[in-house]
Amino acid sequence: MAQYHDELDPITGRKELVEGHNVTFHDVTEAVARPIDAPSPRWWIAFILSSGLLGVYLVSIAYLLYMGTGIWGLNNPVAWGWAIVNFVFWVGIGHAGTLISAILFLFRQKWRTSINRAAEAMTIFAVICALQFPTFHTGRPWFIYWPLPLPNQMQMWPNFRSPLLWDVFAVSTYFTVSLLFWYVGLIPDLATMRDRAKTPIRRFAYGLFALGWRGSTRHWVNYEKAYMILAGLSTPLVLSVHTIVSFDFAVSQLPGWHTTIFPPYFVAGAIFSGFAMVLTLLLPLRAWFKLEHLITMKHLENMAKIILLTGTMVGYAYGMEFFIAWYSGNPYESFAFANRAFGDYWWAYWIMVSCNVISPQLIWFKSIRRNVVWLFIISIFVNIGMWFERFVITVTSLHHDFLPSSWDYYSPTIWDVSTLLGSFGLFFFLFCLFVRYLPSIAIGEVKSVMPQADPHYHEPGHGKEKH
Amino acid sequence: MSKPTKKKVFGLLAEYDSARAVYHACEQVRDAGYKVWDSYTPFAVHNLDKAMGLGPSVLPWIVFAMGMTGASLAMLLQWWTSTVDYPIIIAGKPYFSWQAYVPVTFELGVLFSAFGAVFGMLGLNRLPMWYHSLFNSDRFARVTDDKFFIAIEARDPKFDPQKTRELLEKTGAVHVEEVED
Repeated sequence: MAQYHDELDPITGRKELVEGHNVTFHDVTEAVARPIDAPSPRWWIAFILSSGLLGVYLVSIAYLLYMGTGIWGLNNPVAWGWAIVNFVFWVGIGHAGTLISAILFLFRQKWRTSINRAAEAMTIFAVICALQFPTFHTGRPWFIYWPLPLPNQMQMWPNFRSPLLWDVFAVSTYFTVSLLFWYVGLIPDLATMRDRAKTPIRRFAYGLFALGWRGSTRHWVNYEKAYMILAGLSTPLVLSVHTIVSFDFAVSQLPGWHTTIFPPYFVAGAIFSGFAMVLTLLLPLRAWFKLEHLITMKHLENMAKIILLTGTMVGYAYGMEFFIAWYSGNPYESFAFANRAFGDYWWAYWIMVSCNVISPQLIWFKSIRRNVVWLFIISIFVNIGMWFERFVITVTSLHHDFLPSSWDYYSPTIWDVSTLLGSFGLFFFLFCLFVRYLPSIAIGEVKSVMPQADPHYHEPGHGKEKH
Repeated sequence: MSKPTKKKVFGLLAEYDSARAVYHACEQVRDAGYKVWDSYTPFAVHNLDKAMGLGPSVLPWIVFAMGMTGASLAMLLQWWTSTVDYPIIIAGKPYFSWQAYVPVTFELGVLFSAFGAVFGMLGLNRLPMWYHSLFNSDRFARVTDDKFFIAIEARDPKFDPQKTRELLEKTGAVHVEEVED
């Protein structure tokens, strides 16, 4: 495509990861750190809006604790309503962060360096949002520690054969490991922030968490090994987490849930939704913080391609579910799927298909995947579609179960809606704080993929190399 | 009052402008036979540890031990609670239905390994260490930005204020200074 011209890296001959002429290491430090020095008016607008939504969340939870889960729209066949839908939605979003930080690292995808920090932060905040829902869905969240294997006066132990208990271990391990991975990556950048801090409070705060990092090569040897091991651990971990989340459904006997395709299908969907959320967050961030030369068109294109790939895998899974429902000859399974597409919740099913299967296909066009407005719109569509996917899976299978006398129609209440919207407030509130106080791009890692980071690089103008 | 004591010297600090310069300087310091010295860079310069003559990290062994500990403890816990301390038949399965215990075993193995990787790395690097002699140098603040350094410590048996300074200047350092301990 001749109309698109990208600068090429002089050593590798591939698209440049840091755009601009003669960008120095110092320029990268300043580009990332300067927005942290003083907040822009746009940041204040985003922060105040998300704080408002956080307020909605806190009110919803306060009323929930006062009244109980009866304020939600749960009914007898549909005992798993929006709480589980929102839980799976948020956990899924987290997965893109780990994919970028771990799997792309193992595959030596150097373009990950300018998006991994923000994506990992997104993972942590998404898992925080996810954990809210099962906690409050228990009805008595002060007993949330009961799934932990703690000796107690009842002399009982948790049932380790239950997928719900596996979920407790999977999600809490995932949260802890993601947090450690993120923090390890932050240490050198916190030292950068410490060394350029202008005020004593900042120097102290960044210095405290930088742990006295001084860039020693003897330290880098252990550091890089730790980083690689964490990436190697996170890769099977992230696959296991959404696999186990899908076991919550797949291990039950319910038609529409009891399928072996669920683990890979859930993992693909999780990565799909997570990359959409990364785009939703990074497209405004790179424009407002003037980071277009670090989060380049190449990065956006690559993310869009992963959305296209995983979206197509999800579409394949939707089709395969229907095929197996028919091919199995099981009348309950066939009914569950006919009911999904043409029953009471047909509208939810077709919203899901339009957003998840049809909208990403636009990414085949290069002009669309290099257009930030289009990418933002597609990312919003995917976010909506993936929420509806979890809604369709959860509600359509439950509301018409084996016994027609117990069939019912589920609809959410205003409190379901306010809790979901409020959880976005919690998510964006945390993300605003993150971009305000921490480097939203991994400064050290971006420097290490610039051409002059290579010990064999010759300065332009020194003769034999390119000029 | 006691007379002012002579300040103790930590070592000599040499500053370089590029990854390429510090890489070749490290090779020369290594070949000169110094042992107690280190280089400092804003990011991990590829193969700089080889240029310094460093061996591989022992961290993987720590992680392996921690991971095995985590996985074994998880399986042991599940076996003991469901067969010895609180045997109860669930869904007609044997007490020790180990297949169902794999997810928790895996997760705890990963969790312990991650703790081993992070805290093992910090321990091997003796971090946190909020005071270090090199922080006395004003120029050293740019090690986390765009400058590269080599510091040869006075503890090194081959250290000689004059000869070591000459060596560092010869390696292409843009600035060499003495750092107080």
